Amino acid sequence: MIEVRDLHKAFGSVKAVDGVSFSARDGEITGLLGPNGAGKTTTLRMLYTLMTPDRGQVLVDGIDAAVDPLGVRRRLGVLPDARGLYKRLSARENIDYFGRLHGLPEELLASRREALVKALEMDDIADRRTEGFSQGQRVKTAIARALVHDPRNVILDEPTNGLDVMATRALRQFMRRLKDEGRCVLFSSHIMQEVAALCDRIVVIAHGRVVADESPDALRAQTGESNLEDAFVKIIGSEEGLAA
Amino acid sequence: MSTNPSKARRGGAFLTVFLKEVTENLRDRRTLMSAFLTGPLLGPLLFVMLINLTLNRELDKAEKPLPVPVIGAEYAPNLLDALKAGGVVPGAPVVDPARAVRQQNADVVLRIGADYGKAWRRGEPVQVELFYDSSQREANSSVERVSQLVESYARQQGAMRLVARGMSPGTAWPLQVARRDQATPQSRAVLMFAMLPYFFVITIFMGGMYLAIDLTAGERERQSLEPLFANPVPRWKILCGKLAAICAFSVASLLITLLAFAVVGQFIPAGKIGMELDLGLHFATCVLLLMLPLVLLLAALQSMVAAFAKSYREAQTYISLLMLVPIIPSLLLSFMPIKAQAWMYAVPLLGQNLGIMQLLRGDGVSAAQIGLCLAGSLAAALIALLATAQLYRSERLAISA
Repeated sequence: MIEVRDLHKAFGSVKAVDGVSFSARDGEITGLLGPNGAGKTTTLRMLYTLMTPDRGQVLVDGIDAAVDPLGVRRRLGVLPDARGLYKRLSARENIDYFGRLHGLPEELLASRREALVKALEMDDIADRRTEGFSQGQRVKTAIARALVHDPRNVILDEPTNGLDVMATRALRQFMRRLKDEGRCVLFSSHIMQEVAALCDRIVVIAHGRVVADESPDALRAQTGESNLEDAFVKIIGSEEGLAA
Repeated sequence: MSTNPSKARRGGAFLTVFLKEVTENLRDRRTLMSAFLTGPLLGPLLFVMLINLTLNRELDKAEKPLPVPVIGAEYAPNLLDALKAGGVVPGAPVVDPARAVRQQNADVVLRIGADYGKAWRRGEPVQVELFYDSSQREANSSVERVSQLVESYARQQGAMRLVARGMSPGTAWPLQVARRDQATPQSRAVLMFAMLPYFFVITIFMGGMYLAIDLTAGERERQSLEPLFANPVPRWKILCGKLAAICAFSVASLLITLLAFAVVGQFIPAGKIGMELDLGLHFATCVLLLMLPLVLLLAALQSMVAAFAKSYREAQTYISLLMLVPIIPSLLLSFMPIKAQAWMYAVPLLGQNLGIMQLLRGDGVSAAQIGLCLAGSLAAALIALLATAQLYRSERLAISA
């Protein structure tokens, strides 16, 4: 369960996030939709405590990020916008590194790692050094290392960015699986079809503010548009920055 | 879903980071070359080559026949015989002695005037000219040799003239200087080895350099710093693990270079010119002790400088500039012979420099001097460490691009 209350963050005179509030519940997939530069990444960065908000509160499973940032990070699995791997380490070693940083005991780490390698179908690449990995292979490795500590809450920043159709489908499948396991899944995207296909709840962000926070059906009903794409355009007020 | 990992391993974040960095960098050929081959071995090799060259040239000059072009040799056959007895080989006269010396065709040219014979027979003072260029350092020993031969011939002839007139030669030389050189064989070596401390500092520098760049600027360029900071580990712990990895590589480099110097020291023919050079176990242990706080200081400084850079290349530029700083005390000491004051030992780099020079002189370093040196450098290292940790806490550090 992730709760965000009235988050503000400014860089100089630019208000990147200007009063964002929403919550993402367990057993649901919540989509953070918005055009490029709407403040999605900055919002997520404040969630996983990389940045401190100027104002507002972040609660993860009831833990305040300002009070116990380590506790929050322990409960989160994060695939950030930057997903660099260590190219001189194999995929397994990359995963192990993060598992150990989370303090997993070795046997538990091994079983978690192997379960993820199987679930993400990366058996054939797991012992290769990550130098020269394809985009899809890199994302798989980055997701595996983000989830190795079995977090209740999963944050994915534009997870399908740069993936081909097959890899995207596999990733969506995997996200549904996380949801079925009862986890709270929060991901950002600027691709509305993806959000429409996956989400139980959609939070639309534009210009650093939440402009809608509904289920896909409610969103359609609210705007009076039968087509989600038209509904989004109506909410955001422009077609700029959205991709089908 | 285990949201509460065992407490046992959490303290191991430092070790986890350290081991990962060491493993990763051991797989990088460039880092290995720099830390274990070029860094630590280039110094000793260069050193032994330079020293051998210098020593051999000095030795050669002292024993070898010395060719000297002589103008007007026919006017002073006795003087020439005296020179020949001293190992000088008179050569064909040159037209322009000044130019011959300036163009380094000859180290020194002797010119004897046409009136030499006449004046000599009359018992009048007569002049001979030596042409040389004192800015040609390697010619200096030849010049010295020829001028001493000429002067001693003159003194000898003067004494004979006095005796012929029934006077004691002592009347002409009421004062005599007796030189008592207090240089020990070891202290004579020091002059030549003034740059030795710099080699050690550079080795430490090169050993950790690529790690320091990779651990901050490199990690940021690869976009792996943000995911790393999303882990439930305080940043200072991550920093400590990384610094420990840098230090481990630096110390390994230093050990290799000390070993290399100990081996190479055997091949320096220092004894032949009355010098003594001890680069053995005692020397190595003392140097290692003096250098340890410097390892930490340099690791922190390198990380700090690299953290300012936006890219790997930029970091490399900054760090090579930083590399010029440690040369300052070495230059200072070799060009301005300052007397070591106690406080100087507490100054990082300068203290190490003085300590190592003292070891080379064979004087040994006192416990107080080692203590000052360690305390001063350690304090500087701590300050650099805190500054780097502060820098590491900044929000901007993790954000790539």
